[in-house]
Amino acid sequence: MKIPEPSLVLLIGPSGSGKSTFARKHFKPTEILSSDFCRGLVSDDETDQAATNDAFEVLHFIAAKRLAAGKLTVIDATNVQAEARQPLVALAREYHYLTVAIVFNMPTKLCQERNEVRSDRDLKPHVVRQQRQQLRRSLRNLKREGFRNFLYVMSTPEAVDAIHVERQPLWTNRTDEHGPFDIIGDIHGCFDELVELFKALGYAISTQPNGETVAEPPQGRKAVFVGDFVDRGPKVAEVLRLVMQMQKAGAAICVPGNHDVKLVRALRGKNVNPTHGLAESLAQLEKESAEFKAQIAEFLDSLVSHYVFDNGKLVVAHAGMKTELQGRASGRVREFALYGETTGETDEFGLPVRLNWADEYRGKAMVVYGHTPVVEPQWVNRTINIDTGCVFGGKLTALRYPEKELVSVPAHQTYYQPAKPFLEEGTERSTVKTREDDDILNIDDVLGKRVISTRLHHNVTIREENTITALETISRFAVDPKWLIYLPPTMSPTETTSIPGLLEHPAEAFTYYRKQGVSNVVWEEKHMGSRAVVIVCRDSEAAKRRFGVADDTLGICYTRTGRRFFEDTTIETELLGQVKAAIDKADYWETFNTDWICLDCELMPWSVKAQELLRQQYAPVGTSARVALGEAVTALETAAEQGIDVNLLLEDYRQRAEAVTEYVKAYQQYCWHVQSIADLKLAPFHLLATEGTVYFDKDHLWHMETLAKLCQNPQDNLLFVTRYGTVEVTDDTSQTKAIHQWEELTEQGGEGTVIKPLDFIVHGNQRGLIQPAVKCRGREYLRIIYGPEYTLPQNLERLRSRGLSHKRSLALREFALGIEALERFVHREPLSDVHECVFGILALESEAVDPRL
Amino acid sequence: MLLTISTTFSPATDLGYLLHKHPARMQSFSLTFGKAHVFYPEADTEKCTAALLLDVDPVGLVRRPHGQFAENFALAQYVSDRPYVASSFLSVAIARVFGSALSGKCKDRPQLVETAIPLKAQLSILPCRGGEKLLRRLFEPLGYTITAEQHALDPHFPDWGQSRYFTVTLENTCRLSELLTHLYVLMPVLDDEKHYWVGEAEIEKLLKHGNDWLAEHPEQEAIARRYLKHQRHLTREALAQLREEDVQETDEAAQTQEEAEVEERIGLNEIRLATVTETLKQSGAKRILDLGCGEGKLLRKLLAEKQFEEIVGMDVSHRALKIAQERLHYDRLPEKQKERLRLFQGSLGYRDKRLTGYDAAAVVEVIEHLDLPRLAAFERILFEFACPQTVVVTTPNIEYNVKFENLQAGNFRHKDHRFEWTRDEFQSWVASVAKRFGYDVVFQPIGPGAEDVGSPTQMAVFTRKIDE
Repeated sequence: MKIPEPSLVLLIGPSGSGKSTFARKHFKPTEILSSDFCRGLVSDDETDQAATNDAFEVLHFIAAKRLAAGKLTVIDATNVQAEARQPLVALAREYHYLTVAIVFNMPTKLCQERNEVRSDRDLKPHVVRQQRQQLRRSLRNLKREGFRNFLYVMSTPEAVDAIHVERQPLWTNRTDEHGPFDIIGDIHGCFDELVELFKALGYAISTQPNGETVAEPPQGRKAVFVGDFVDRGPKVAEVLRLVMQMQKAGAAICVPGNHDVKLVRALRGKNVNPTHGLAESLAQLEKESAEFKAQIAEFLDSLVSHYVFDNGKLVVAHAGMKTELQGRASGRVREFALYGETTGETDEFGLPVRLNWADEYRGKAMVVYGHTPVVEPQWVNRTINIDTGCVFGGKLTALRYPEKELVSVPAHQTYYQPAKPFLEEGTERSTVKTREDDDILNIDDVLGKRVISTRLHHNVTIREENTITALETISRFAVDPKWLIYLPPTMSPTETTSIPGLLEHPAEAFTYYRKQGVSNVVWEEKHMGSRAVVIVCRDSEAAKRRFGVADDTLGICYTRTGRRFFEDTTIETELLGQVKAAIDKADYWETFNTDWICLDCELMPWSVKAQELLRQQYAPVGTSARVALGEAVTALETAAEQGIDVNLLLEDYRQRAEAVTEYVKAYQQYCWHVQSIADLKLAPFHLLATEGTVYFDKDHLWHMETLAKLCQNPQDNLLFVTRYGTVEVTDDTSQTKAIHQWEELTEQGGEGTVIKPLDFIVHGNQRGLIQPAVKCRGREYLRIIYGPEYTLPQNLERLRSRGLSHKRSLALREFALGIEALERFVHREPLSDVHECVFGILALESEAVDPRL
Repeated sequence: MLLTISTTFSPATDLGYLLHKHPARMQSFSLTFGKAHVFYPEADTEKCTAALLLDVDPVGLVRRPHGQFAENFALAQYVSDRPYVASSFLSVAIARVFGSALSGKCKDRPQLVETAIPLKAQLSILPCRGGEKLLRRLFEPLGYTITAEQHALDPHFPDWGQSRYFTVTLENTCRLSELLTHLYVLMPVLDDEKHYWVGEAEIEKLLKHGNDWLAEHPEQEAIARRYLKHQRHLTREALAQLREEDVQETDEAAQTQEEAEVEERIGLNEIRLATVTETLKQSGAKRILDLGCGEGKLLRKLLAEKQFEEIVGMDVSHRALKIAQERLHYDRLPEKQKERLRLFQGSLGYRDKRLTGYDAAAVVEVIEHLDLPRLAAFERILFEFACPQTVVVTTPNIEYNVKFENLQAGNFRHKDHRFEWTRDEFQSWVASVAKRFGYDVVFQPIGPGAEDVGSPTQMAVFTRKIDE
């Protein structure tokens, strides 16, 4: 007994006919939905007939969920009445499922006997009799009801016992084929171009003694054709001969196109209108033998609507395939594969108006298709149309999978005039695709509780209350989402040190990494500026092409919360121009084979971005503290002169006054007046990404060295090299040296250092991903975090108790999301998938965590 | 924070009796938020100065168990001016440390308590929201001579400007209890902040301490308002009690004034909302969207119109929606009304299937809050995907801005506006949208127009062309 998987299996037979026993024997318990069980679920009594309606509601609900998920589902109910089967058949149709009927046509007496021995059933004999009658009436109609291909009727217990169930994957299921593939667009009889394309793809082309061409793929590869081999073009027979031969040799896999299907009907003598190039095919095939024509018809007719490859990661269909139809079987699925989705209307050229299924595609599988000629293949939400209109004078294109490389050869000539001019720019949306079509974000992709799967850190959950905040932030304040391909993660400080007078110290960071099994770390100076993500393109054309932005910008500079760094666009333009000049000079466009670069930087001075904070908080505290403590000291001194014993208090106030002076000095160091770009400093420390590549596999020394080359021009005051060094955390001398450097740096007013494992991404020896970096801030700097007087012993002791675990967990989640976002972007995944990650980081940032960490 | 009080009354050392604090030694007091010390930098018969030094514990303020102080940005920060400035903390300290003096009690010098003596108070740092002007308006009517020195935010960075801090000397001949009472009430008023929860009980405090001077004070409204943390109902109640004998009259007066203010302020908004409502009615729409509904002013008008069977208010700010819900008394609406109204968070930067299938959409004073580069997405989201039959868009007409007296030249009407358009700019944008998405357009000015510059608000009404 062959049962396609997935399918919806109905067990049909009276009570006591052996359905449940059969089900238990051949199917997993979770695959079986029994009406008795559902009755029990809703009423505590599996035999309560009054609960039948509710029970079936539950059963249908669960069945729908399973069908949506693509699971084989067995309905264990009597199913002897047409009206009981009808909703299930409808459900199967809705989810494009094949239906299987297994009928237990057992003698009435046998069923009754079985029921009598069951203690949990008290069925009157007439019930079974009635069910038998209903079954008999049903048997005539089952085929018509929708059980045409898989109808099994068993009439004896022996027949039931002898059954062996064999599960058959659907024809469309080729998930165990992993490629690599060369997926080839619509050929339409363009044989010469096909041969050239094969050569370009590295296939061995040879000619058999009988004159037939043979193409042999490079080791391990296979060609996959998206269909439309025939019509319009000059060499239909040659194309078919080659393709059929390749398929036979196991070198090619084909799906049918609408033209191919129409040709079959014509060859089989059906009355078909010989339009859209069919006449040409038929004329060319005139010359061929009847046998060959029969072979063609058989070949084309045998093709399966579409295929799902590589564990569900790749779908190939002639006109595309929606998520919910992928790997399913129904007339509707085949229709979609051949013709796509149309509105039923025709346009001014007499062509069907197509619905843009790809625009709304949110599936995880990559869909490669053809059917509608486009000038250039464009990725739209993980789908790509590779019909580049060869027969209309365009080109023949192949997509290499999994490399995602496009290979094309131009058409030798225009073989056929398209009904609708497709090579002219700007003709129509449906033919000339632009990135514009997939850059409209959908609210469903961000709102509510989200679970984002990341390569680094499993699933990251974003709580609904945080997405609410993030939606407002991103809508009102963030830059155009097209630019927002990365946000930096938050960073935890070191564990609190017990060294007197200090809260943070490098030794704690070294210990942390040592415990995690990391032996080499780097320290980098932590500049007291503002974090800036800088994206620079080679020219504004590249910006338009890659990021899909409309204006003539060269790139962008945004903050860690995705806001534009400069309100003044002239400064931004100058800054980007200067960074670009440095990249030009280092020739990094060529080195990295890219026309855009994304950098992670610190931009100074702090006062550029923190002006408001300085005026509202830092300066007022400095001024009021200075005056208030000064006056207090004077008053206490006067009192002391009078011989009043205020000495302890006076000493305390002198210390406090001094602390405040230090505090003012601390923040002043990070402020300077900015009039023009000449007053800015930009210190890049991560080369995040360029076209097609992220650099998280490179260690931090590589990043620092690579970026140092950008900062070498003495005429360039903007780009600024960051001091750094390496430390062996198992070596005392090395650690002492680094600690000394930290002390020196912070004594000179530096904010502190960031300490990172040498490698960008490290999985520790305890619980997975470890902190990609921890910061170690200097004693003076921390005054602007913990208040001017935090260093006083009574304050410091209390401040030592601080919990880092939430901050650290947040840092890891944001780190994983940031990397995920960039990886998705360079892999040209749809904007919504990149945006999801960036949105997630922003949402996590609204989690309540001690802001001083 | 240091407060000194001096007198030249002879013998000046009697100040010690009045304050109940001995001039010869320092005394310290524990407070919930720190410590207070009292000592005398000078004490002879000619002149005596008492100092109250308040030690607010900066770390303790932040690390206090949740909810002990009012939720307040300043208190959540270690970098806070609270330990250094005269604020409600100092008022509380005065009441704790100089309690008897504040209430005018002194068993050793009963006559002196009732006597006006020359007094001088110095506050090392007094934050004045409202500047020296307000400082004078508050203290001068009470007979004080004021010396005030304002401090720069940071002398290193002169362009950062002045701080709101003053070192202030107040001189007056009055009873000590009067001086302390005035300080007790007016310091937090100038600071415009309180470190604790302000409720009904605060009215009592205000009236008790303002007993013999507040009723006559020309700034009593400002004082009450600020003292009660801008809570309208508390302020109204306090003022009513203060003017006990003529509650009726004041109420009316206040109402008239409020109305005038409101007229002035929301006149244009009122006209705009009325025009939009009327336009939507004219369109025949039954199911409508208010995109960017904010706190629900337009929704209220729309709800009043029976024609609208379903009204959706969408805003990107969750907070605004909550306010809208409260203002519209959503929870108390009758079932039938409630069914008509739906509020949800959404953004005009995201395609949203909840917005499809409506007859009309109002986008009132919204587009100018979107960054220009993001307008393209908005256009498609509204006109291509949601595509209601009618779309009403209003936005400021920047040409009219010259007519606003309070608006500095070159400034937009609102800080969050990303652009404001001239009539030409708006009309050409509208025309291009209409052409691309198949809409007809009618323009209508809103508000009293002026020659050359047009009306303050411009409106475009889009109507979808009927499919051929």
